[in-house]
Amino acid sequence: MRVEIRESAFDPWIEVSEFRRTQLAIGKAGASAVFVGTMRDFNEGDDVTSMVLEHYPGMTERQLEDMTREAIAAHQLEDALVIHRVGNIVPGDDIVLVAAFSAHRKAAFDACRAMMETLKSTAPFWKKETLTSGERWVEKNTAG
Amino acid sequence: MAIQIRFFASLRERVGHTSLSIDGDGIGSARDVWHAVSDQSPDEEMLVAINKSYADLDRAVQDGDEVAFFPPVTGG
Repeated sequence: MRVEIRESAFDPWIEVSEFRRTQLAIGKAGASAVFVGTMRDFNEGDDVTSMVLEHYPGMTERQLEDMTREAIAAHQLEDALVIHRVGNIVPGDDIVLVAAFSAHRKAAFDACRAMMETLKSTAPFWKKETLTSGERWVEKNTAG
Repeated sequence: MAIQIRFFASLRERVGHTSLSIDGDGIGSARDVWHAVSDQSPDEEMLVAINKSYADLDRAVQDGDEVAFFPPVTGG
């Protein structure tokens, strides 16, 4: 498994491709389920021009690693990849990548969804949005 | 030894500190740590971590521990 926090922009599709090429055993993973979360330029009816993503160094990595390890065990995944941005982010930037690789599709779909929901509710990240009218903290996640 | 305290996001801005260190004497729980630095009641939604793992306010705290307080998380 691989879990990373990134301070600069990343291309999730290149990351998935590289991970498959370098980390996955050939012929074992028949299914790859990928979720990519991307920054919008609107939230709660307001235009958002940029955002700062804060995290708790050390705890965030631990939460993501525990979550990924548990998903691999619970869904019998071949492997999993999680990357999350922090720092200054602009609309169009990808924020999060969660990828699950398994022998069959159900485990990959289920694990990808489960990891994403666990990440949203437990990983210590916080978003502060810049609007045309000032700044505000995002106080809660939108419903999945 | 001492107890290290960290604050994140909107709570960091409200408290006005990123981190603090307090003497562990008389501190039994994370709730005691909070009251040592704030005269306000903790928000019901406030989250607590001790040594980078989630805990509740009544969890015991010892000298040398790192106690963090933060609002609900909003990553992803």
